[in-house]
Parts: sequence; C-alpha cells; structure tokens
Amino acid sequence: MLAKRIIPCLDVQDGRVVKGKKFADIQDVADPVELGKKYSELGADELVFYDITASHEKRGIFLDVVERVAEEVHIPFTVGGGIQSVEDFRAVLQAGADKVSVNSAAVSRPSLIDEAAVRFGNQCVVLSIDAKEVDGEWFVFVKGGRENTGKTLFEWAKEGERRGSGEIVLNVMDTDGVKQGYHNEVMAELSEQVNIPIVASGGAGQVEHFRDVLKQGRADAALAASVFHFGEIDLQSLKQYLYEQQLPIRLG
Amino acid sequence: MIAIIDYGAGNLKNVQHALSLLNIECKVTGQPADLQSADGIILPGVGAFGEAMNRLNETGFTDEIKSQASKGKPLLGICLGMQLLFEKSYEHGEHEGIGLIEGEIVRFELDLKVPHMGWNQLKVSKPYKDAIINQNVQDGDYVYFVHSFFAQPKNEEDILHATDYGKPFTSAVKRNHIMGMQYHPEKSARVGMQMLKNFGEMVR
Repeated sequence: MLAKRIIPCLDVQDGRVVKGKKFADIQDVADPVELGKKYSELGADELVFYDITASHEKRGIFLDVVERVAEEVHIPFTVGGGIQSVEDFRAVLQAGADKVSVNSAAVSRPSLIDEAAVRFGNQCVVLSIDAKEVDGEWFVFVKGGRENTGKTLFEWAKEGERRGSGEIVLNVMDTDGVKQGYHNEVMAELSEQVNIPIVASGGAGQVEHFRDVLKQGRADAALAASVFHFGEIDLQSLKQYLYEQQLPIRLG
Repeated sequence: MIAIIDYGAGNLKNVQHALSLLNIECKVTGQPADLQSADGIILPGVGAFGEAMNRLNETGFTDEIKSQASKGKPLLGICLGMQLLFEKSYEHGEHEGIGLIEGEIVRFELDLKVPHMGWNQLKVSKPYKDAIINQNVQDGDYVYFVHSFFAQPKNEEDILHATDYGKPFTSAVKRNHIMGMQYHPEKSARVGMQMLKNFGEMVR
C-alpha cells in the first residue's frame, strides 16, 4: 500500500538552514547536508530544501548545497524558492534535485508549469500554493501572505493540475507557524477537487496533528519544519505513532 | 565496472553517487562501444518513452544493449529504463521498445491519483525469493516510486516484484540476467541501496 509521507522542510539562506516564525525572527539552525542526512536516517520520506536567499548572486551557494545533498542523501528531495524559469528548473534538477516547486512565478506566468512539465515531466513539477480564507472563500496569496492574487484556491489548483503539475503543496497561512494543527477541512476539500497528490503544510505542533491531516484531511503527505528542527517532535517516534494509528507508514 | 548509459534522459548522478558510496566501480558513458568492456550495464531514465527510444536508436545504444544482453551481461533498467526493456509502450501514442522482455507499458486507471508517487511495498515473487538480487530484501519492504505508466509482462515468470496500487502491478522484472525496477533504488534508502549492492554482486 502506498505510504503516507512525512516531509521535513529546510529553509536555506546563504548555505545554512534557518527557520522563521510567520516570516520573521529568522534564526540559524544547522548545516543543510548534515540535517538532511540525519532526517533521512530517522525515517524522513522526502525532504524539501527551500532557498530563502534574497539575492540572485548567491544562487551558486544554494546550488552547491543541492549538489552536496544529492551526493549524501538517498531519499527524494524537492527544491524550491526563487524558481522563475525553465532554466532555473534545469539548474536544480541538474544539481540532483528530484522535484522542483514553483509558487509565485507560476501565479504570474502559469505557462511556466506547462513548459516545465513538457520538458522534465509532470512528476517533478510541484505547485506550491500559499492560501488564506477571506470571508468564507479561499484565496491564493503571494509575497509571504501580504498580497491576495484574487485567484481562488481550488480553481488555481485545478488549473495547475491541468497544466501539468504532478503534486500540490498547500500551505495555509493562517495555521502556519502557530502549531495548532493543520487545516484539515481545506486539505480534504482540495483532495476532492484534484487527482494528484496533496502535501499539507502549516500548523504541525503535535503528533496528533499529523494523524488528523493524514486521516481527516486526506493529505498524501505532511510537511513540517520547526517541530523537527527544534526537536519538539522526534521523526522516528512520530512515524511509530502514526503506524500504530493504522496509517500506512514506512518504518525502518 | 558498471556502465551507466547516458542518452540525455534525466539525471544520472544519483545512480552514480549511490554506486560510489557502495564502492562499486562505475562509469557514465554516452558511447555504446563502452558497453563492451563493462561487466554490467545500468539503463536509467526519466521522461517520455518515445523520445528516450529515439535517442537510444539514434546513438546506437539499442543495438549494443541487445548485443550485450544476448551475451549474458547483467543489465538493470531503472524506472523509464525498465519500461524501455519491453516491446511496446502506449505513452503518448504507440512506441516500440528494446524488446528484451515480452509485454507492454500501459497507463494506470483514471480513478487513481497519477503519478503513483511515494513509498510503496514490494512483494517478492516466490521463484525469486533466493535470487541474489533479493538478498536482504523482504516482502513488505518500501521503495520509492514516481510513474504514471507501468509494465504488463506477458510471462508471469518474468515478475520479480509486485506492488499494490489500486490492484497489483509488476514493480520489477527479471529474465535471467536482465532486470528492471520501476521504482528508484538509488532513492529508496536502505532497501534500494541493498538492491544496488546485490546487482553489484551479480556483476562481479
């Protein structure tokens, strides 16, 4: 049976993993390769490396991190952040990434999804969406949640699937960073609307949150960052717990 | 030495890194003649079947792979590389494959999430329980998949591993020294590394 995936997310700035809360208070955590290796050994099913370096000149440092990860980590990993073009896709895939996630660049130019899917295959095009509920309707946001694009979440997700995305990461801005649980209802609704895997993001604080989003939220995978980085949740015990909760989970 | 075939289809580094870590000598090559001096061959690949076959034909790899396989040289196809070993694929039209294993490549049913992406379990075919390639590999072990099409071998005895996705499908094949894995052993942590190690043993 296809297993539910647990995915630690590593934000990388100037070659180091950092974790901010609600896009502020950034602090240094660790070396991305060492941390990636450690998570892989503890049973992470995939990893996400997100480039939060602002300047384009420092892109080389990030690509170097991607290359080193590919050499030392033998589980799949996705790379995101600052992906604007097919050329950016090519560079990170060449460096060894398995999948590439696009967010705001796809919002401003949706055909980027088509171009990348045709060139590299649907399986490596991950559409990452930041969403927020406004007056009972879900909208797609960009710029760290400051700008409402006016696109509705479900329409955008369906368009992304039609254009060739192989997976969707849905980050709910209201629950992100506050550790009160994922937004299970919107995840379940999205799962209803599209026929590609859904990765839930934003809100993990306790092991029960993972169980709920994978069961009620019907997500195929759950992504989290700080709970792993700061040791609040141990990956191994989390997976053991989910296994005991009758979820299909890969152990050992 | 294991030759990893480079025909412009996707990233070969991951396979190379995995073999290097296992201390298995390997060489990425775009020259069909290099297959002659190799002790084993890996045919990797991601992307579309038709285009990959065109490249293999144009570069002369198709004939060389057939020739080396007929001499009994261990051959391992990974992901698309496994599918290419078959006779025919229905991915975006109809395409002829290398034809070393009888059968066809077809798409998953539409009521399933496609691509089939993530970790799924293996069931080892009984006749191959003691095969070298299955050393320390057990029923229920998880490996990593990313694919929308899958193989339907004509002969049941060619099935090495089966996996459930909606219903059982063939996730690995073996016909003597010719093998194919739909999953990515190079991305499948311990289990995958074990299988690459086992392939290395077969080559030695």
